[in-house]
Amino acid sequence: MLFLRPGLSGMLYRGAKVNKEKKILLSGNEAIAEGSIQAGCRFYAGYPITPQNELTAYMARRMPEAGGVFIQAESEIAAINMVLGAAASGIRAMTSSSSPGISLKQEGISYLAGAELPAVIVNMMRGGPGLGNIMSSQSDYFQATKGGGHGDYHCLVLAPSRVQESFDAMFSAFSLAEKYRVPSIILGDGMLGQVMEPFSVRDPAAFAGEKTVKVPKPWALTGCAGRGPNVVKSFYLRDGDLEDFNLRLQKKYAVILKKEARYEGTMLKDADLVLVAYGTMARICSAVVRRLRKEGKKAGLIRPVTLWPFPVQAFLPKASPARTFLVVEMSYGQMLEDVKLALNGRAQVSFIGRAGGGFPLEEVIAAEARKL
Amino acid sequence: MVKSANILGQEEKIIAAGSGGQGIMLLGKLLAEAGMRAGLRVTWLPSYGAEVRGGTANCMVVISKSEPGSPYVEKADTLIVMNQPSLGRFLPRLRQGGLLLYNSSLAQASVKTALDVRGYPFTETAAAAAGSLKAANMVALGAYIAVKKMFPAEKILEIIQEQKRELLEMNRKALLAGIALVK
Amino acid sequence: MKKIFSRPESLRDAATHYCPGCGHGIAHRLVAEVIDLLGVREKVIAVAPVGCAVVAYDYWDFDCCEAAHGRALAVATGIKRCRPDRVVFTYQGDGDLAAIGTNETIHAANRGENLTVVFVNNAIYGMTGGQMAPTTLIGQVTSTTPGGRQAELQGYPLKISEMLAMLPGVKYVERRGLFCPQEIIKAKAALHLAFDNQIRGGGFSLVELLSPCPTYWGMSPAAAMDWIRDTMVKEFPLGRIK
Repeated sequence: MLFLRPGLSGMLYRGAKVNKEKKILLSGNEAIAEGSIQAGCRFYAGYPITPQNELTAYMARRMPEAGGVFIQAESEIAAINMVLGAAASGIRAMTSSSSPGISLKQEGISYLAGAELPAVIVNMMRGGPGLGNIMSSQSDYFQATKGGGHGDYHCLVLAPSRVQESFDAMFSAFSLAEKYRVPSIILGDGMLGQVMEPFSVRDPAAFAGEKTVKVPKPWALTGCAGRGPNVVKSFYLRDGDLEDFNLRLQKKYAVILKKEARYEGTMLKDADLVLVAYGTMARICSAVVRRLRKEGKKAGLIRPVTLWPFPVQAFLPKASPARTFLVVEMSYGQMLEDVKLALNGRAQVSFIGRAGGGFPLEEVIAAEARKL
Repeated sequence: MVKSANILGQEEKIIAAGSGGQGIMLLGKLLAEAGMRAGLRVTWLPSYGAEVRGGTANCMVVISKSEPGSPYVEKADTLIVMNQPSLGRFLPRLRQGGLLLYNSSLAQASVKTALDVRGYPFTETAAAAAGSLKAANMVALGAYIAVKKMFPAEKILEIIQEQKRELLEMNRKALLAGIALVK
Repeated sequence: MKKIFSRPESLRDAATHYCPGCGHGIAHRLVAEVIDLLGVREKVIAVAPVGCAVVAYDYWDFDCCEAAHGRALAVATGIKRCRPDRVVFTYQGDGDLAAIGTNETIHAANRGENLTVVFVNNAIYGMTGGQMAPTTLIGQVTSTTPGGRQAELQGYPLKISEMLAMLPGVKYVERRGLFCPQEIIKAKAALHLAFDNQIRGGGFSLVELLSPCPTYWGMSPAAAMDWIRDTMVKEFPLGRIK
């Protein structure tokens, strides 16, 4: 069954027929948008910013078809607060943006965390700081994984590396957000948003059954008929109340750290050298690993799927016995810090990073790897 | 399915470049779509944002027998250029011994790096054969598939037919004229 | 014996945290009375502001959502679009609605969101300790205008209600003052109309209430009431604006 309107960003692919293999060409931005709708998202608010505009435009067309709400907000700040309102009313809600816009959303993200509201925020990262540029980047890792706004909080951060996975990730993003009542972030990059790849059209019913967890929301604001009034808030003025609340958050985060850290490991058991990369950088590094293996070098790859919780377990000796690790990022070393913490001094860690428009090329990574 | 595609090596990396309005994105998407339908792995990466507004357009296509690494093509196996500025800009990105296919209606090339340098009047041919300058991208695509013999013309026509029926006749003529240029 | 006066069902039995002579208590009660009158308590979702009234949910006995400073109308938009059959309103001060939240205010109004806004204008920031508000009068002394507000330095009192009335998406705007019983009765009638508009699907309605802040005006509660009547209404005339 065809449930997609493929390739809305390209005029050619509007209304395209799906071929026999049920594959269509789809961009990362479109896959995220469609994935979110398939995962039950029924409210989207966003503000234009490159390189994620296809996502917003897709939502403008598709959300009304799905019976949901689309709003082009007056600002990033308004968009995230509309999402907060929608989430408070119990609806699956999402916003998307790119780096400078995500900075503006930090206020709302902190309030979402403080009010324990589930919502999804998509960041298709571009170059910074400041207005930066519109090229692909991974320079918002710290912002996404360490909090970003004010207060002691975390968002659950998923980092898909391909178009198909971007679609799939939306189910996890919403399910986990609701399970733990936390905001979750899809941390992509400009290239992931723009690239078109073959996308397998699946039966949405079967797919939803596999990954969508329906969580009751007795806390939602629906009007107090048949129950006492609900209050959604993050303000605790009385002595001790805020500390109690924070301790409760920390307890929840501890459970997430223990249960939800995910990664994809490639040829780790016998590897002498392990590359570590996420998102688009990981797909490039997987090509490097294949190349090195052909040359006879025992290389492997750890691709963190969740960036928070960071998959520390992937770096334990029993999972990755290697003594040499090479971290590759489109930044000047942000995830690098988590890798070093995870390894805790037991292995040598090297780094290649570029940001501001460029990214480490296959040849450069391979050349560096051969030296290690 | 793979039989209908003919890649000499493991992977074919293409950069297509021209000015906005020359149908560069479509050319690249058709190649990616044809690759996908032939059971191959493909990626298509457009230039976007301010760059597009500046009047130039390019896209990068990777057609591969295995999972492609970077969708961004640093060194291309094939460079298809539709005008002079694009030739100047992207020629350094053609690998030693690659295929250069350029629009001799709008660009001139004296190139030694490429193994195979081919200039054809894509724009003039489009006007003569299909009655529209806008079909130059289809002429270029026809020339490309004729040189590489990667996909039969019918496969491309099949895709065009599903999409833009009203332009099918124009695009068919342009594609066939492009193939004829090479023969 | 016939009971002729009691606490509205929508108001909790809670001790007030507001200063003596503060207008929020009156405004909270009026909102609660109107909601009871319309019989919609179980359908109401309120959005509380940042400011003195942030804990409005401690007084109101219906669903409430807290919003970040200035974002109440964005939050309310999200709620109302998802729950169009509920009665959604924001309760905002002058700083919240007309300074930090001006953008959210103007655009929610311009979209014609079917919402009710209770705008409490006391010409000062109360919660943070008496700083200049966008609606502070010329010459009015605050902790950040120690020599009185000067137009050349701080601009003029912002007439946000009049500004909003210009927008085609706005259905109803009225300004009332909470300084004497007659006026308070008129304020209640205005609130009634503003909520009724929403229930009938009429669109964006706003009631501005001139409200006393004796603490940061440096006056007795009685003098604060008189100051609204004699001074504030000259800058902010009462009546229906749209």
